[in-house]
Amino acid sequence: MIAKGAVAIAEGRIGKPLEKYYAGRTRAPLQRSFIAFKSSAWLVVLSGFVEPVLYLFSFGFGVGALIGGITAADGSTISYAAYIAPGLLATSAMNGAIYDSTWNVFWKINESKLYQGMLATSLGPLDVALGEIAWALLRGLMYAIGFMIVVTPLGLIENWWGLLAIPAAVLIAFGFASFGMAATSYMKSFQQMNYINMFMLPMFLFSGSFFPLTVYPEIVQWFIKILPLWHGISLIRGLTLGQIDSSILGHVLYFIVMIALGLWFTTKRLNALFLR
Amino acid sequence: MTSLISARSLTKTYGDFVAVDQINFEVLKGESFGLLGPNGAGKSTIMRMIGATLQRSSGELAVLGKDPEKFGPQIRAHLGVVPQQDNLDSELTVRENLYIYGRYFGLSKKFLTPKIQELLEFAQLEEKRDVKVEALSGGMKRRLTIARALVSEPEILMLDEPTTGLDPQARHILWDRLFRLKELGVTLLLTTHFMDEAEQLCQRLIVMDKGKIMAEDSPAELIRKYVTKEVLELRFGSDKNSQFVDQLRQKCDRIEQLPDRILLYTNDGETLLTEIVGSGLHPITSLVRRSSLEDVFLRLTGRSLIE
Repeated sequence: MIAKGAVAIAEGRIGKPLEKYYAGRTRAPLQRSFIAFKSSAWLVVLSGFVEPVLYLFSFGFGVGALIGGITAADGSTISYAAYIAPGLLATSAMNGAIYDSTWNVFWKINESKLYQGMLATSLGPLDVALGEIAWALLRGLMYAIGFMIVVTPLGLIENWWGLLAIPAAVLIAFGFASFGMAATSYMKSFQQMNYINMFMLPMFLFSGSFFPLTVYPEIVQWFIKILPLWHGISLIRGLTLGQIDSSILGHVLYFIVMIALGLWFTTKRLNALFLR
Repeated sequence: MTSLISARSLTKTYGDFVAVDQINFEVLKGESFGLLGPNGAGKSTIMRMIGATLQRSSGELAVLGKDPEKFGPQIRAHLGVVPQQDNLDSELTVRENLYIYGRYFGLSKKFLTPKIQELLEFAQLEEKRDVKVEALSGGMKRRLTIARALVSEPEILMLDEPTTGLDPQARHILWDRLFRLKELGVTLLLTTHFMDEAEQLCQRLIVMDKGKIMAEDSPAELIRKYVTKEVLELRFGSDKNSQFVDQLRQKCDRIEQLPDRILLYTNDGETLLTEIVGSGLHPITSLVRRSSLEDVFLRLTGRSLIE
């Protein structure tokens, strides 16, 4: 086989869907992350896994000992640790995705000018967006698997449906990553980046991770139910506690829509930043 | 000669500001073509429009016969881009930078392995192949950026201010590398605000100021057309320069007064200097030199290239 030249490869894309935005090479930026990862700070990588586990031991088993059990929707009693574990998994999926798609992306847009270099080649903005997000998801997948390896022996997963919490965590990460990248494209300074945290922390504390939403007045409940993290937590909790009903489908749909919108938005923004 | 790039009334505006103002030019296959002008003349804007990363406001632009706005990825596949600011991948090694950049174009490992070896030799970076980019000197980084731009075997190599920020030695090494590419038949398109760079590397160039083309020709022809063969530079001391200008004006073809010195344009500098000293004037320093593109720019715009 004769190695094809850059021009022949690019010409081959003419007439394909989204040809101006997508070169069919998500693999290239993904491979770049892989090469960079080999020499990256392992401690940062590890912290993404350790954080939810620390929360689980502190709140689940510490605070949980004071609270005792929680009455689930079907009337059965479950341990507090089993109640918050899905919340922590969903939150860590969110945090990992947001970290990768905001701080890392901000640095690549503004400091290292990495995307500028990528988009000077025949790559399209959608290739870059998908490649970067795919990387965030791979990390999210590793964290989710690690978390499940810790919590399953502790008896916090009620049944086999619980295994689906792993792909669910990836779905949640996908939703957040696709939006995070678009939001980051508007940020001009590191100070502005903190706005993202101002939004994330309250969402983590009040989206039903540590206690049911029923403690709030109805209007507050409705507001929280619009936010993505509540859907993420409810999705994973339904799976790990084995409460399988049609609401699961609703949460999945929420994230599919979020992903589609986020990708469209991110592609537009990368185009506006680098190809105008 | 086929024309690889052709611009007709090419214009770029940002609100009321006209960055590139209805310019026309052609770049022919195999030539090295320069855009010379001070910072803010619109050179980088033109480069980005050609590189299909910036849309024009009006006018026509064809790169290899295609409109960059319609065939962005296809045109970028033909171009090797060396941006003004290095954007090497600082997390990767020298070799990895070349490899992954080739992957962005979709090139196979089979194609890239020998290519990378060849480029490392060309950029004189073989010994640094497994070194992280951060550890390289400024000149090495530039050479790597050029090597990286060549990984896709581009028809046109575009260099935006290739030697800005480099020391003279690193600059000469870079010029030598670019000269070799020129000999290999690569079409070079470069912007610069260094007149000696333009004289060394460009067969033909346009002189730009404030988004407009002031002149277009070969460096030698521009000098012949717009200025005299030689320049006599005189310094009388910064506060005294102006009092001698009128007295000196009649002795030469043209005179320019700069803040720190007076430039006298003449075809025979030494004779003029002897004559001036003979008439009883005693400059603190005097220098006879060949006219350069800097003088052409000064003539055309009344300003210096580097301000």
